[in-house]
Amino acid sequence: MATVQHAVPPDVYEPSLFGTYSKKIGMWLFLASDSLTFGALLFAYSYNRIANPAWPTPFHKESIANATVMTACLLSSSLTMVLAVLAANRGDKPWIRNWLLATMFFGAAFTVLHAMEWTKLMGEGMVPSSNPWAATVPQFGGTFFTLTGMHMLHVTIGIIYLGVVALRKKFLPILLGLWLVGWLATPAKSVFHIGIHVLLIGAVVAAVVLFLKPKDYDAHDVEVSGLYWHFVDLVWMFIFPLVYLMSTKV
Amino acid sequence: MHDVSTAHAESKMLYFWVWAGLIFLTGVEVMLAYEQVLQPVRMLEVLLVLSVVKAALITLYFMHLKSELARMRWLLIVSVMACFALMWIFFFPDAERILRLGVQ
Repeated sequence: MATVQHAVPPDVYEPSLFGTYSKKIGMWLFLASDSLTFGALLFAYSYNRIANPAWPTPFHKESIANATVMTACLLSSSLTMVLAVLAANRGDKPWIRNWLLATMFFGAAFTVLHAMEWTKLMGEGMVPSSNPWAATVPQFGGTFFTLTGMHMLHVTIGIIYLGVVALRKKFLPILLGLWLVGWLATPAKSVFHIGIHVLLIGAVVAAVVLFLKPKDYDAHDVEVSGLYWHFVDLVWMFIFPLVYLMSTKV
Repeated sequence: MHDVSTAHAESKMLYFWVWAGLIFLTGVEVMLAYEQVLQPVRMLEVLLVLSVVKAALITLYFMHLKSELARMRWLLIVSVMACFALMWIFFFPDAERILRLGVQ
């Protein structure tokens, strides 16, 4: 069978309306839609907070200090992420990897601190379906865990995304190892015993992507993954004051 | 086509300044929470303004929206803000009404 060669004349494609590559426009569109998801959750939380004068203040000095360190971790991760993008622009592969790993480290620190905070609150009787102030504010647990849980899920997905960009197939055994250790280390009754399966699902999805479309990730991929990571940081800039600082008891 | 290498001309030092600014604003927020001098609604307003400033710094510098074409920048900002404005219009008047009536 004869092979038909399609010659592509120059300038056959019109330049992008937005002056950039399609992958980046796609990520911006996704982030715009995702910002509406978080916007709705934040509006719902703020609505409840303002409308309810008896809103509980369960976050003491210790919780606020913990949340402040979490915020510093995310802000520092954004700095290392932007340095990874700069390294990608220079074509400096070792430093792309180093900065991406540093970003993942700060992201993982954030997640661990957040999980500790959740565990403490659950120990005090606060769960999504009920809380110690359920008589006057039944919706506190539901709104708190939905909002912060959704954000924690985004951070976890972000860490997996960066791991794939930084280490490609080498990241899969690390991810599976983390899942196994996390699953075995958490008590069976803990919410994280089930939640850790996000890593397993992430490993399956990453494996499908890496094996079906193996490639070397370039500067564009690093920049697009950076957009996602900064967005996760940006969302926390609203969650931290609205959820923690508005419910402080010092 | 937009070239990544030419688009981000900002120096490394600028990113450190932006990061320092974000840490400083976070410190201001935490100090306001510790002092508790503001009423909840006023506190919410002040914290929201500070959060918007921080979000603007992250979007413009870390996400490089400053370096994008004006039409992309404005399309994104205006469309997202329009959706938030709609949410605001629907949610908050009712929250204020409940405040005035008192919680039953």
